[in-house]
Amino acid sequence: MSVSVRVPTILRTYTGGESEVTATGATLAEVIDDLDASYAGIKARILDDNGALRRFVNVYVGDEDVRFLDELATPTPAGTKVSVIPAVAGG
Amino acid sequence: MSAATITQPDTTATEAAPTTTSGDTAPGLREGAFGNARCLSCRECGHEVELGPHYACPECFGPLEVAYDFPAVTREEIEAGPRNIWRYKALLPVPTDIEQSPNTEPGFTRLLQAHNLGRELGLDKLWVKDDSTNPTNSFKDRVVACALSAATELHAKVFACPSTGNLANAVAAAGARAGIKTVVFIPSNLEKPKQVNSAVYTDRLVAVDGNYDDVNKLASEIAGEEEGWAFVNVNVRPFYAEGSKTLGYEIAEQLGWRLPDQVVIPVASGSQLTKVHKAFRELVDLGLVEDKPVKIFGAQATGCSPVSSAYKSGTDAIRPVKPDTIAKSLAIGNPADGIYVLDICRETGGAVEDITDDEVRQGILLLARTEGIFTETAGGTTVGVLKKLVETGQLDTSLETVVINTGMGLKTLDAVADEVGPAATIKPTYAAFTDAGIV
Repeated sequence: MSVSVRVPTILRTYTGGESEVTATGATLAEVIDDLDASYAGIKARILDDNGALRRFVNVYVGDEDVRFLDELATPTPAGTKVSVIPAVAGG
Repeated sequence: MSAATITQPDTTATEAAPTTTSGDTAPGLREGAFGNARCLSCRECGHEVELGPHYACPECFGPLEVAYDFPAVTREEIEAGPRNIWRYKALLPVPTDIEQSPNTEPGFTRLLQAHNLGRELGLDKLWVKDDSTNPTNSFKDRVVACALSAATELHAKVFACPSTGNLANAVAAAGARAGIKTVVFIPSNLEKPKQVNSAVYTDRLVAVDGNYDDVNKLASEIAGEEEGWAFVNVNVRPFYAEGSKTLGYEIAEQLGWRLPDQVVIPVASGSQLTKVHKAFRELVDLGLVEDKPVKIFGAQATGCSPVSSAYKSGTDAIRPVKPDTIAKSLAIGNPADGIYVLDICRETGGAVEDITDDEVRQGILLLARTEGIFTETAGGTTVGVLKKLVETGQLDTSLETVVINTGMGLKTLDAVADEVGPAATIKPTYAAFTDAGIV
């Protein structure tokens, strides 16, 4: 399934400066793997050594934080917008 | 030398931001732009980044924090400074001429000994650090002042923030005083007084249909897209956050250059609690106060208590929540500093506790009726949690305790509007007055 992925500023060195890229995958995990195939090394910035989402990364599928959904198993139907955003905090 | 702006990174680079040697800063910054700050350091993995508009570690996304090379600092030097946060400028990421930049001059607020509240709760020595008397009536004026300095040094063209209200007020006022274009983003369901309190300073208040976390997410995206925007709690966050240390510095100085035994601090993102703890450690390391144990307690509302839940479960896995509480200024469902709050409260022998919205309201009334301080829902949460910590035996009533009041009740009138009112409505006669039995 082709999805769009919004890439935060600090990962755009991997995507040649692109803020939005496309990837394919039925789940978030597959989308991240596909991203890494196109932009080598980006997966290791998003997932830790255990293959889990890094603590300070927020990933949204649509408008929902995947930690409220199925984490890396969250389905990503065609046309979904995935956003990767560093955790920030209060105001 | 070309002026530095807050821009997207050089897209021709293939490596992450380089590690820095002492004093490295982004090009275009003047000497001493960030005072005694040395670099930005990742709190998680220790990776170092040059001083500039960066907030997330390029290696692990962890939070970047300002690291310093402090010179020797004396009590006398601080005491000779102005009666605002700039008396501590040597310990903040600001230039030595910061007092010459137009700003709201926040801080050095009252530390009041709360005899009546202490007696009511059974506490021998209780103090209230009352930040409601800051320029826009919350502690946010402190952190915004530091962010404004960073934004100025980085030649930002827009000063902005996502906010649950108090930050928007502070940013709007500080931006007006500094004469910089200011844009503030708030959840559209924010209390009306807080909306007015921002819109009065700027005609660029943007109400977003969503909760604070949605507004924050939008701000992160805008920060990544727009050039020259300084979002105080996003891309200049490391500098912004340092302003909270001044609460800790002031508490120590106002107690006569000593640390309290226990402190109760409200927890939204968790940043304030971590910075007060950092401030105490810095004062000890600089020899300005004697080292001693300080128990740190965090206060949350049950309707948004991800940190308290994790504390009580004995884990450090904080599960994000969808906030549902009247304490909107604490309604951060995904607190980025939550894990550090857990570490600090556990290591210092403190705790994190939470109370219901009814208890929050009662906390507001308790503080007002015992000490004449009208706090907002965040302060009601802190006082209410203080009460709960005493009742559950988690807080030692014989020890010197400080509770931090971060805001002003006029901003959340709705919270207590149904709880208070006239004791009686009487005809204008002496007989009616005596019949009412008021006194």
